[in-house]
Amino acid sequence: MNFDLDDGERALQQGIRDVCARLFPMERVRSLEQETGGLDRKLWRELGDAGVFSLRVPEPEGVGLGMTQEVLVYEELGRSIVPGPLVSTHLAAGLVEGAASGERIVGMAERGRGPAILGHLDAIDVLLVIDADGISSVEPSAVRATPVARPLDPLTPMHLASELPAGERVAGPDVLERWRLDGAALIAAMSVGIASACVEQAVAYAKERKQFGRVIGSFQAVKHICADMLVRAELARASVYAAGVMLDDPSAGDAARQVAGARLLAVEAAVANGKANIQVHGGMGYTWEVDAHLFLKRAMVLQTRFGRADSLAGAIAQTLT
Amino acid sequence: MDLRFSESDEAFRAELRAWLAAELPKLPPKPSLDDWPARRAWDTAWQRTLFDAGYAGINWSKDVGGRGASPTEHLIFLEETERAGAPYVGVNFVGLLHAGPTLAAEASPEQKQAHLPRILRGDEVWCQGFSEPGAGSDLAALSTRAVRDGDHYVVTGQKIWTSFAQVADYCELLVRTDPDAPKHRGISWLIMPMDSPGIEIQPLRTIVGSTEFSQMFLDGVRIPVENRVGAENDGWRVAMVTFSFERGTAFVGELVRTRALVEDLAKIARSSARNGGTAWDDDGLRRELGHMAAELDALWALTCRNITQAERGTGVPGLGGSVFKLAYTELRSRLGDLAMKLLDRAALSLDDIDGIESGIHVERWMNAMSLTIAAGTSQIQRNIVGERMLGLPKEPA
Repeated sequence: MNFDLDDGERALQQGIRDVCARLFPMERVRSLEQETGGLDRKLWRELGDAGVFSLRVPEPEGVGLGMTQEVLVYEELGRSIVPGPLVSTHLAAGLVEGAASGERIVGMAERGRGPAILGHLDAIDVLLVIDADGISSVEPSAVRATPVARPLDPLTPMHLASELPAGERVAGPDVLERWRLDGAALIAAMSVGIASACVEQAVAYAKERKQFGRVIGSFQAVKHICADMLVRAELARASVYAAGVMLDDPSAGDAARQVAGARLLAVEAAVANGKANIQVHGGMGYTWEVDAHLFLKRAMVLQTRFGRADSLAGAIAQTLT
Repeated sequence: MDLRFSESDEAFRAELRAWLAAELPKLPPKPSLDDWPARRAWDTAWQRTLFDAGYAGINWSKDVGGRGASPTEHLIFLEETERAGAPYVGVNFVGLLHAGPTLAAEASPEQKQAHLPRILRGDEVWCQGFSEPGAGSDLAALSTRAVRDGDHYVVTGQKIWTSFAQVADYCELLVRTDPDAPKHRGISWLIMPMDSPGIEIQPLRTIVGSTEFSQMFLDGVRIPVENRVGAENDGWRVAMVTFSFERGTAFVGELVRTRALVEDLAKIARSSARNGGTAWDDDGLRRELGHMAAELDALWALTCRNITQAERGTGVPGLGGSVFKLAYTELRSRLGDLAMKLLDRAALSLDDIDGIESGIHVERWMNAMSLTIAAGTSQIQRNIVGERMLGLPKEPA
């Protein structure tokens, strides 16, 4: 049993961390908010060149990795709150031409009762609509939608559409079933990245901010918040990594249950740590000036993707015999 | 990364399973909980059985008589023995898990020879004399005095939470040998024979009603200087050395058991009548149980991570344990509360009611309250995580 990163996985993690630091430093992310409302096609292409969307595409066209490694990459993308429909585009690689290379940006929406709230509609090239029968491809310009004036996450612009066009069927329920598992695992991985980024930010601030003549991180009241943040992130990370391994190797355990648990705990960790980070930052944490709100708001976006807490917990309960 | 066991690990598991299946049916019935001489006999007989089969001191190194198993094999051992319902380590706890490993690391060759083989065979039972009424979380503030008198220490003071003191042969005892030194630097680690004159043991009943704890009053107990392990006043380091051996396996048996109990709670919910249906019809209850199952799955993954790091010598020894203990013990507390709500009025009895195995859940609900206190309270664990893992400064004294 080797349930920790091997040398190749460490190198992959470091590589993608370097890519994120180069392409998406915090000042760039903040300027994207002003300039484009989230997406920059050139940066997206560079992500494609770095292999972010072709991890699962076999070599030589792609990178030829499994979910065990993909979760490591998406954890880093989450840590840097890289904006855009990363998971949708990644899942679409191999199905939608140009997705793997980053030439085309692919969004996703679930067909349901009532209006659809769509992310990044202005920026995407293809919208994949999923329903019980599978996946359909829709031309984004064919969607009659109005922009949401004040989206919660300033880096995830939203549109409201009263209905979604039928589109062209591109895959059936079997592909969709696998997408749901992989998608939930990748959303969970990005959430772990956010949860960890929040630990780092809160701890860094607690070491520098002084009140009552000493740094606030020396007070147990603050230190214990930080410790609980780390516990949440570590527990979620272990769960997500196990989900990645089980998706690649079904003999290692019940992958569907592990994915559901990982998605449940990781999003919870991202949201709870996002709030705790604001609490540790005090009044400044409540301002637009400090980055903390961007991490919490992205966590809220992830919370709505590939599963809902109640259904996930209920589904896990059904596996108890 | 993978979660696959090697062929030799699987062979070890198969051999152990077969042995347990053959051996466990031969066990005599368990003695009653308050019959301590009988409990000692039962627990040590099982230890002797393990010894004869080559499973004693599974994680102890071979040069001190152990099996020298890898952390992964240790995980398998704990997982399989728990699943098979094999006896718990019981009165051998301190000898096998704390005093023994400390002796193996720090004692003289004569001291090792005198005790380690006997601990492994189940011939010798140990207890721990660390905590005091005035030294709990602040263990280094202990005040039991040892005054040198020729080739003896004369020890006077009071110890508390001394598990199995009533049946122990020896006590790993922390005493203050230099009251003028800073608190961590005036402590020594002694081997105290429990038949020494001047030891008085008073049982201390727990909220479960169990009697494993004692208070121990020491009045002029004479302990030979040759019973000291390590240098005089170096006892704090000696006592803490076992920390660095913690390889992530401390709670494996507990975790296996708790996962099984969550499944039991689902069964109880499915058969408990409520509002014309069963308790299982309640969405809220199912979600809570499902959530806790997800946490237990995550804790199992965390255990596998800690064990891999121990095997590779990466990570910070002992610290992964603090993260685990915080998450696990707080979960146990919530799980206990849920079980009590589910059991409804059956929760008011420590014995099974109406054919439902409810007693174990009631007992564990209470037992969970000790887990967030013993071996470093949750508050102390958060200090450890905050200071040693996150690098936050200590609160000034």
